[in-house]
Amino acid sequence: MTSNIRYKSRIPVKTEDSMEEKQYVGFATLPNQVHRKSVKKGFDFTLMVAGESGMGKSTLVNSLFLTDLYKDRKLLNAEERINQTVEIIKHTVDIEEKGVKLKLTIVDTPGFGDAVNNNECWKPITDYIDQQFEQYFRDESGLNRKNIQDNRVHCCLYFIPPFGHGLRPVDVEFMKALHEKVNIIPLIAKADCLTPNEIKKLKDRIREEIDKFGIKVYQFPECDSDEDEEFKQLDKELKECTPFAVIGSNTVVEARGQRVRGRLYPWGIVEVENQSHCDFVKLRNMLIRSHMHDLKDVTCDVHYENYRAQCIQEMTSKLAQDNRMESPIPILPLSTPDVETEKLIKMKDEELKRMQEMLNKMQQQMHDKEQ
Amino acid sequence: MAATDVDVFSNEEKRNLSLGGHVGFDSLPDQLVSKSVTQGFCFNILCVGETGIGKSTLMNTLFNTMFENEEASHYQNGVYLRPRTYDLLESNVHLKLTIVDTVGFGDQINKEDSYKPIVDYIDTQFENYLQEELKIKRSLFNYHDTRIHICLYFIAPTGHSLKSLDLVTMKKLDSKVNIIPIIAKADTISKSELHKFKIKIMSELVSNGVQIYQFPTDDEAVSEINSSMNAHLPFAVVGSVEEVKVGNKTVRARQYPWGVVQVENESHCDFVKLREMLIRVNMEDLREQTHARHYELYRRCKLEEMGFKDTDPDSQPFSLQETYEAKRKEFLGDLQRKEEEMRQMFVNKVKETEAELKEKERELHDKFEQLKRMHQEEKRKVEEKRRDLEEEMNAFNRKKVAAETLSLSQPLKKDKDKKN
Repeated sequence: MTSNIRYKSRIPVKTEDSMEEKQYVGFATLPNQVHRKSVKKGFDFTLMVAGESGMGKSTLVNSLFLTDLYKDRKLLNAEERINQTVEIIKHTVDIEEKGVKLKLTIVDTPGFGDAVNNNECWKPITDYIDQQFEQYFRDESGLNRKNIQDNRVHCCLYFIPPFGHGLRPVDVEFMKALHEKVNIIPLIAKADCLTPNEIKKLKDRIREEIDKFGIKVYQFPECDSDEDEEFKQLDKELKECTPFAVIGSNTVVEARGQRVRGRLYPWGIVEVENQSHCDFVKLRNMLIRSHMHDLKDVTCDVHYENYRAQCIQEMTSKLAQDNRMESPIPILPLSTPDVETEKLIKMKDEELKRMQEMLNKMQQQMHDKEQ
Repeated sequence: MAATDVDVFSNEEKRNLSLGGHVGFDSLPDQLVSKSVTQGFCFNILCVGETGIGKSTLMNTLFNTMFENEEASHYQNGVYLRPRTYDLLESNVHLKLTIVDTVGFGDQINKEDSYKPIVDYIDTQFENYLQEELKIKRSLFNYHDTRIHICLYFIAPTGHSLKSLDLVTMKKLDSKVNIIPIIAKADTISKSELHKFKIKIMSELVSNGVQIYQFPTDDEAVSEINSSMNAHLPFAVVGSVEEVKVGNKTVRARQYPWGVVQVENESHCDFVKLREMLIRVNMEDLREQTHARHYELYRRCKLEEMGFKDTDPDSQPFSLQETYEAKRKEFLGDLQRKEEEMRQMFVNKVKETEAELKEKERELHDKFEQLKRMHQEEKRKVEEKRRDLEEEMNAFNRKKVAAETLSLSQPLKKDKDKKN
């Protein structure tokens, strides 16, 4: 908890210097005020997990948030899954730690990639994300904006199977369909079937293929130049480690005299929180301890804004074609500046044309006269 | 042998006699063995599983050699099969081993047709053998038998159950080949999860009617070990060609930060059991089953398709020869009929085109006549006009001459006047 918190206490220490005291205004306490208010308000976060059955998604979510979200889950048999469609299931929990409340929503996608024919199996997922954006858009443009519920998906953890040589076509298609709608964090699932060399090879391969196919996964923001060296080093290590190779566990085992979350094998014990065994700790730190808010920001500032701009453009172009249609969302009557300037440009164009014609006529007349 | 075979000796009474001394025909098995050893053995394995699941590594580990293999890519458009044949030698015994790999299996987004190339390949090998059997001049003892003796189906270690693709594919293959399902990359499943996983898989296979290969328990010498192994299916295997030092030995293993998974350690994985069952105990039985059950089934279906029956409507046994002759006559008759038909069609077509051509010719002729007539008309008209024109010219000339003479006489008059 200590080394990863970037928030440093900025309460100024009272110095002996009387000159400074006179010039001290006091807005340096703003961060404290923000802290206090946010603790009171509480936070919310929506996390989506996607990947084939049996990749360890539920186990990882349980390990991340140290709760058991998936009691009494019913898994389908193979013959039931031959023609399965993708469902979207939401689990919402309220958890609290040191006075800070978090409303955590996990969006599960059972059935993804399980059927024999997986054409467009990501469509229900993209539809869901768009629906959340649309709902937020309507709420935001509504008249009463006091209690907007933010159900937008802030982050999507995509589980890549470790059994192959890299990304498979279904992985590529899924990520390409979603990379402009949500922050994608690819993970290598069940990493306890890979030796350290194999992990490195697979990570390099996956990074290469992500570049090759132009998939825009979530990028960590650059460090500020005034951060200390240790933090920058950590950040650099984090970036080189993607995609994270994770292992999850629902059971607690005894290892080296301690009780830890792990998996017991005849040949040894895999500790989930041991950094030399897997990247679980890095993922947890990144997702929860340092970058949770950044994920929310990117969702609001980038993905949602893109959606909104697209939505509005579509609507105004439709309006222009069909004036009788009433827009469900109140838009300012004389539309956006873009359309106005367009009109002006059109007018000017016509004027120019007329003048050009007149010029031509006059020239012709002169020419005739000369002759 | 099929149970419907007629027992030739059933009418005679069999008598058991005891021998007075050692005759020596107890060496028959040895003679058979030495003959087979000189001939060499042939074994064909089909490995079906997703890309990267460990098929090539397992083959390398099983046979303790490095078969050359490049990594397959995930982006194949379809599934195709890649057979490779190797000659292996161990203590005098030659083995012609063919390993068939399924490349691209499980990678496509739409996997509905993934099983087809595999089924086609197996059928083709059966077909080749059938053709060889039906030849007039055949050399079966020399024939390189490419029929698949065993299909190792690699199941991904998800820990939950079979994938839908696995179920669909195994159902299509179970009547054509001996299937042994194995759990690949088993070092990712803990003991308790493995137990549950195996039970789930077997129950799914049973409830869907998939027949996997059961190790034979009728031979006393091996029945005990086979029946105990049957209970361990599917085998959870780990493959590795790397060697790691454990204690004071070097063994094939996988080294992790948390421990070393030894391939040949029975408490770590079932590799030893698989090798025992597949190679050391039941290889010959697999070959026999392929020939006696799967191939015979294929052959029967194929011949029935072609119209052969074992008994005709009167329940008299048909001989292959007669049926063959009958079929041949039928076929030739068919051919002749088709030829006639085609000839008729050809003749009809020719007539038609001839008629058309004649029509056209007539039309052209008519047109020609018409044009000629028009031409004559025009000529006549032109002639008329010319004559008219000539007449006019003549008239004009006369008038001119008249006018001239008049004008000539007039100036004379004037002159005369002037003179006067």
